[in-house]
Amino acid sequence: MKKSSTSVQEPPAAAAYRPTPPPAWRPRTDPAPLLPDPEPYRAIGTDAAADADPALLLRLYTELVRGRRYNTQATALTKQGRLAVYPSSTGQEACEVAAALVLRERDWLFPSYRDTLACVVRGLDPVQALTLLRGDWHSGYDPREHRVAPLSTPLATQLPHAVGLAHAARLKGDDVVALALVGDGGTSEGDFHEALNFAAVWRAPVVFLVQNNGFAISVPLAKQSAAPSLAHKAVGYGMPGRLVDGNDALAVHTVLAEAMARARRGDGPTLVEAVTYRVDAHTNADDATRYRDAAEVETWRAHDPVRLLERELLARGVLDEAGVARAAEAAETMAARLRDRMNAEPALDPMEIFAHIWAEPTPQLREQAAQLRAELEAEASPDGGAGAGEGSGEAR
Amino acid sequence: MTAVGTAAPAEARSATMAQALRRAMRDAMAEDQSVHVLGEDVGTLGGVFRITDGLAAEFGDARCTDTPLAEAGILGAAVGMAMYGLRPVVEMQFDAFAYPSFEQLISHVAKMRNRTRGAMPLPITVRVPYGGGIGGVEHHSDSSEAYYMATPGLHVVTPATVEDAYGLLRASIASDDPVVFLEPKRLYWSKAAWSPDEPAAVAPIGRAVVRRRGSGATLITYGPSVPVCLEAAEAAREEGWDLEVIDLRSLVPFDDETVTASVRRTGRAVVVHESTGFGGPGGEIAARITERCFHQLEAPVLRVAGFDIPYPPPMLERHHLPGVDRVLDAVARLQWETES
Ligand SMILES: Cc1ncc(C[n+]2csc(CCOP(=O)(O)OP(=O)(O)O)c2C)c(N)n1
Repeated sequence: MKKSSTSVQEPPAAAAYRPTPPPAWRPRTDPAPLLPDPEPYRAIGTDAAADADPALLLRLYTELVRGRRYNTQATALTKQGRLAVYPSSTGQEACEVAAALVLRERDWLFPSYRDTLACVVRGLDPVQALTLLRGDWHSGYDPREHRVAPLSTPLATQLPHAVGLAHAARLKGDDVVALALVGDGGTSEGDFHEALNFAAVWRAPVVFLVQNNGFAISVPLAKQSAAPSLAHKAVGYGMPGRLVDGNDALAVHTVLAEAMARARRGDGPTLVEAVTYRVDAHTNADDATRYRDAAEVETWRAHDPVRLLERELLARGVLDEAGVARAAEAAETMAARLRDRMNAEPALDPMEIFAHIWAEPTPQLREQAAQLRAELEAEASPDGGAGAGEGSGEAR
Repeated sequence: MTAVGTAAPAEARSATMAQALRRAMRDAMAEDQSVHVLGEDVGTLGGVFRITDGLAAEFGDARCTDTPLAEAGILGAAVGMAMYGLRPVVEMQFDAFAYPSFEQLISHVAKMRNRTRGAMPLPITVRVPYGGGIGGVEHHSDSSEAYYMATPGLHVVTPATVEDAYGLLRASIASDDPVVFLEPKRLYWSKAAWSPDEPAAVAPIGRAVVRRRGSGATLITYGPSVPVCLEAAEAAREEGWDLEVIDLRSLVPFDDETVTASVRRTGRAVVVHESTGFGGPGGEIAARITERCFHQLEAPVLRVAGFDIPYPPPMLERHHLPGVDRVLDAVARLQWETES
């Protein structure tokens, strides 16, 4: 083609082509303030511990000691056949205790199956908190009484409940925050994603605490997620991610308290990743030696949450040897009492399996209840006399 | 679409099922502050079927909420809302898009009352447009009732008339138990001689109704197949067959009483539904009838169901859906014993 400055056929030079930008359909937010720090936050051994309220430090310590004893006692109860299964939180007590203590009475806790200890520290009767794991019912308490949702066995499914509850509370104008607990494996579930997304979009007053204890049964974190940290996941939803040393009870408490305050201010949810370690096997039924070596466990034992705080408090003079002994004694008393109560046979009413399914039992359910009642009566007295089956639980 | 209901509708006094459903939600929301509607596109748009049209405008988007696109999240959030004392009415956009929420439905919604020993019932209504016949592409025509029926703790109801759409939805929202409310989407635009301004009754959950009296055989059906069976019953008159038609309305709880009384009288029964026959609701219903009416039965209980295939493409769906002719064929087969 002939070069001519007046030619109308000449195509525009490539560099001159500027498409109009698409209309802006949302503002861009700066992700930087949402990003977690590269290293987990630590309080023990820093000025933060020196400035902390001694009463809080002592409370954290006492509950850690009791929590450790609670875990060993519950595990022992599985060996005696008193608990069907126990997923120990030994090594993770700092997360459990801080999660329970950071809540005000009106706040709600949404635990997973590993979080019995958090429920007990929250004030639940330990026997009722263990009902699911003992196997006498699927949950042993009224969730409204202590504002603790039933322990959730399907992973991450409790997270959207926490969002919905927090959302409902805010709609009603109540000052309530929901704290939901989940494991590292649980963060891969779809419900985790949906819950965080809902929470951020609704600016729901909810705090998510991931207890990253390294493993989902046998699967290590590296096979679970390729994220730089689990706290980084927050950024994609538009909420801050916070990384904390999950064995430092004061640090977990501090970070959670900040997140709770943020939620209360109406600034929306926070995702907190607590880096910790599951010292025991997944449950009493699991063999952890198949997927990890003893040396790794020993490194983490050296970073034990109970000893960590104990040393700090002793060094600062907040605690003395007598105080250590007193805490241990209180823990022993708790364990003995738990043992005694768990050794009592639970009073079970077989007819209760037909209760609590619908407000009104279906006609079909009434028929089935009648069948079981007859079977129980026959069992109790083969010659046909009355006996069992007159329990209160029967389909009303 | 053939009108379901009574006499020919006068234009001024005629309402669609869609309007009846909307009014049910509207009335419930007006009466009870704790009733909240949530789902995909339910707000500004009023839902893809416009069933929630106007609710956000009237009650605000805190009461009728467009959620992110996530069915498990929607139902999971509804669980938490119900735990805090609200009465969520959840809209699933289409039958086959409710499946991501099954985990929440089965593991939590259906079980919360049970695991908490009655302390925490969940008054959640899950509205699911279901069934075919609207020319929808894949994933828009499933009949998923068997999945729901198999889960203890859920009520499963499905209206077939405009009046029941109102009455059953009011009862569902008022129920302290979770209800899966199946909306036969091909009846959304069916009409009745009823005006949304007239008073309307709440229909009890768990009770079937006899839509047509007859003595020769009983057609047991629900939802989208009710008009089909009524039409078949009219056509059967010419053959000299006098058919009774039962609209179950509620699959859980199941009304054995009405069904049994009818079949004991007629001695013959056909169960009609769109969902697959194998593993479908008809097998359960037939078994219940056999157990209760064995001595009165003159013929085996027959089923007219959708084929055991994934819901077919829209241009072929008419071959799949049980129509009047298949119902009449089954009724003819019921006469075998007396004729041979
Ligand atoms: C939806 C679901 N899938 C699978 C399981 C079986 N399961 C129980 S615990 C577990 C691992 C969970 O790991 P993580 O979330 O890291 O929690 P942790 O056990 O370490 O506390 C699995 C796979 C389950 N409970 N729920």
